[in-house]
Amino acid sequence: MPMVALPKPDRAIVSRREAIVEDLRRLVDGPAVIGDEDGRRTYETDALTAYRQLPLAVVLPSSTEEVARVLRYCHQNGVKVVARGAGTSLSGGALPAEDAIVIGISRMTRILDIDYMNRVARVQVGITNIGISEAVKEREFFYAPDPSSQLACTLGGNIAMNSGGAHCLKYGVTTNNVLGVRMVLMDGEVVDIGGAHLDQPGYDLLGLVVGSEGQLGIVTEATVRILRAAEGARPMLLGFDSSEAAGQCVSAIIGAGIVPVAIEFMDRPAVHVCEAFAKAGYPLEVEALLIVEVEGSNEEIVDLLNVITQLAKPFNPKEVRISQSAEQSAAIWKGRKAAFGAIGRISDYYCMDGVIPLAKLGDVLVAISHICDKHGLKVANIFHAGDGNLHPLILYDANNAAQAERAEQAGHEILELCVASGGCLTGEHGVGIEKRDLMRVQFTQADLMQQMRIKTVFDPKWLLNPAKVFPLDGREAAQEVA
Amino acid sequence: MLSNMRPVDEREFSHVLADATARQTPLELTGAASKRSIGRPIQTAATISTMSLRGITLYEPSEMVMSARAGTRLSQVEDDLAARGQMLAFEPLELGPLIGGEAGQATIAAVFATNMSGSRRIRVGAARDHLLGLRGVNGRGEIFKSGGRVMKNVTGYDLCRGLSGSWGTLAVMSEVTFKVQPVPEDTGTLILIGLPDEIAVEVLCGAMGTPFEVSGAVHLQPALVARLWHDGLRQQAQAVTALRLENFAKSVAYRKTKLKAHLKAYGEIHELDRENSLDFWGELRQLSVLQGSSAQLWRISTSPGVGPKVVAAITAYMECRAFYDWSGGLVWAEVLPTTDAGAADIRRVIATHGGHATLIRAAPEVRAAVEVFQPLEAGLERISRKIKAAFDPAGILNPGRMYPNF
Repeated sequence: MPMVALPKPDRAIVSRREAIVEDLRRLVDGPAVIGDEDGRRTYETDALTAYRQLPLAVVLPSSTEEVARVLRYCHQNGVKVVARGAGTSLSGGALPAEDAIVIGISRMTRILDIDYMNRVARVQVGITNIGISEAVKEREFFYAPDPSSQLACTLGGNIAMNSGGAHCLKYGVTTNNVLGVRMVLMDGEVVDIGGAHLDQPGYDLLGLVVGSEGQLGIVTEATVRILRAAEGARPMLLGFDSSEAAGQCVSAIIGAGIVPVAIEFMDRPAVHVCEAFAKAGYPLEVEALLIVEVEGSNEEIVDLLNVITQLAKPFNPKEVRISQSAEQSAAIWKGRKAAFGAIGRISDYYCMDGVIPLAKLGDVLVAISHICDKHGLKVANIFHAGDGNLHPLILYDANNAAQAERAEQAGHEILELCVASGGCLTGEHGVGIEKRDLMRVQFTQADLMQQMRIKTVFDPKWLLNPAKVFPLDGREAAQEVA
Repeated sequence: MLSNMRPVDEREFSHVLADATARQTPLELTGAASKRSIGRPIQTAATISTMSLRGITLYEPSEMVMSARAGTRLSQVEDDLAARGQMLAFEPLELGPLIGGEAGQATIAAVFATNMSGSRRIRVGAARDHLLGLRGVNGRGEIFKSGGRVMKNVTGYDLCRGLSGSWGTLAVMSEVTFKVQPVPEDTGTLILIGLPDEIAVEVLCGAMGTPFEVSGAVHLQPALVARLWHDGLRQQAQAVTALRLENFAKSVAYRKTKLKAHLKAYGEIHELDRENSLDFWGELRQLSVLQGSSAQLWRISTSPGVGPKVVAAITAYMECRAFYDWSGGLVWAEVLPTTDAGAADIRRVIATHGGHATLIRAAPEVRAAVEVFQPLEAGLERISRKIKAAFDPAGILNPGRMYPNF
């Protein structure tokens, strides 16, 4: 039974469903509107499957103009709107509502321009994250943010959530890699924010839009930076007796002036599950495993990995293994990138996304273990160690309602622990529906009010992605300014 | 009259701002006021400064993070970082000497409030990309925070970026937390002499498209080369095009060789060693070649490949000397003084080619008469005006500094 309350739907809107569907069919190409129940059922949830809501209707526009027509209609008629990319949100960011339509961007996948001289690409945001890198691969360029769901997730979803990935230690997250967007406001007005240049005039509206979880407008096109790929990259494995030792080793590497392209941490349970799945050759007799990847020419890579090996020595690594081939490198990353899927094969799990200061890693992992013990649940931990982003995966049985509720409770306690340790509720998955009611753990009412006033600037009636991000109580005062 | 206030903590700021809002009394908000003559001149009954909020409050070198109170001098931040082999990777610009002040006066909050990044921006991102968290006080006097001290944080809306580059018109930043980076072990520079602008930018963009992580890509027209402090380069008396490589010493050596091979079609390639490189990029960081002149100065941001076209088009209207940074995407254009600083012509050129232009140096009467910051499209102007009201409903903070009406 989900713990986060969903508001009662607006019955007046729900009762007009069929008329609204008819109206929408006049605004966009007819088949782009899904009104039947089976069709709508496909969109009832995202990757946070504990929450399900059948939307009023689903619209799949194919142009900015169609999005604008639909939003203008919804604004005039007081119909709420949930924007949806590929539905891979782990925080329920794309969860529909019974009195809301879903606008899916899955038909807007075109690449509009690739400009290698200026190192930018302009695309429609329904393109998948990997789709951008694929399009520029022949010239050895890539789009840097690489969330684990990159095969499926869309750039539009990445912009909404300010997505990160394993390699953002070096290359930054979405907000550092998007230069401009074309966005439709709730009243149907189309605005261009930023462009193909490196900064924008006036206030940093782009910075406000990226990570606003689809609550300020619907982005339809974006200009993103594309980067030339390094000559090569290679990971190494470092296994330790304790997670403290692994954490200290990460500090030593960074303290020595080396910023690897990625530093990933897995604890013993995660290593075992991933090894069983990917046969990556992970050492099984360690409590903590680091995957450290560096980039450059072959000689540069060898030099750097040797330096890292020396830096690791004081922490008594049980295992030091440098990838010897492209196949080994691929297997090492396959294990890590498939971690969520691999764990999903053995159990249902609830994936958390807190962030902590690196120095607290040892203490936090012990406390997480206690929390999960207390609730009678097992946990595996995956950690973007370079930037402190911790993904505890709480294992539970989804068919056991009591256990599911305990998993959600344990998750909330873990996130409170992350905040108390100097970190935050979410590093890359977003607040969505999942962490909405925990926002006051991290923020005061004044903090939230300042954010909510921004929401009111862009969407005065609060129709976009309702019931997400901000606790339901205390919203009214922020809606008065406009 | 309260002419010059320096609140000592957030609560004092809160009281002063709440009171000013209640009385509808505009305030000029500054740090060290070292960039006071940039932007539209404003007239207020009182000034309020962050200079009494001092001190570094957190520094964790192994987590690459530092926090400092708003009025902490940039020079202190950089000294403390240097002592641990770290730096602000975005190379904050030193604008003081450009407008007749001293170097090293700026405060850390102003670095983010103006978002003025140096040459390395093209590789590592701007000031706004390094801001992790802040505490602040809005026009109502409410104390708020956003972000935090960890590297990744998508909890709630991103007010840190929202306040970056807002020139003190939205809120007082009282404390900032930012990402820091290790100082590279070695630095080297490749120099090409005498290239025309168009070819030079082709060289810069081509180099940025290699895998060698070029961390500075600039081109100086001959008239500005004549003002370089670096003797060897100044004496070339021709255009200078420079590419910087930073890394471990062996990598810099290797990458220099590879990059030289990549560029050999463009003519003889000279090198600056580490010491000379540090001097050269150090003087660019304070825009040495634009100092000591009374010429009006524009900062133009555009697409790199378009930079030379913008300069050529401006030159058709007026005498113009250009320094290209960011591989051609940032143009510092010096023009001979006129009553409107050439604003009408320059903005017409921008409208054709894309981008935006800010008048950085001009007499107060000129800055009062023309739009100093790029005028916004109607839709964006309306949003910006509401954003201002969302932070500062009475319009008491630096009113008119960026735009005439808000």
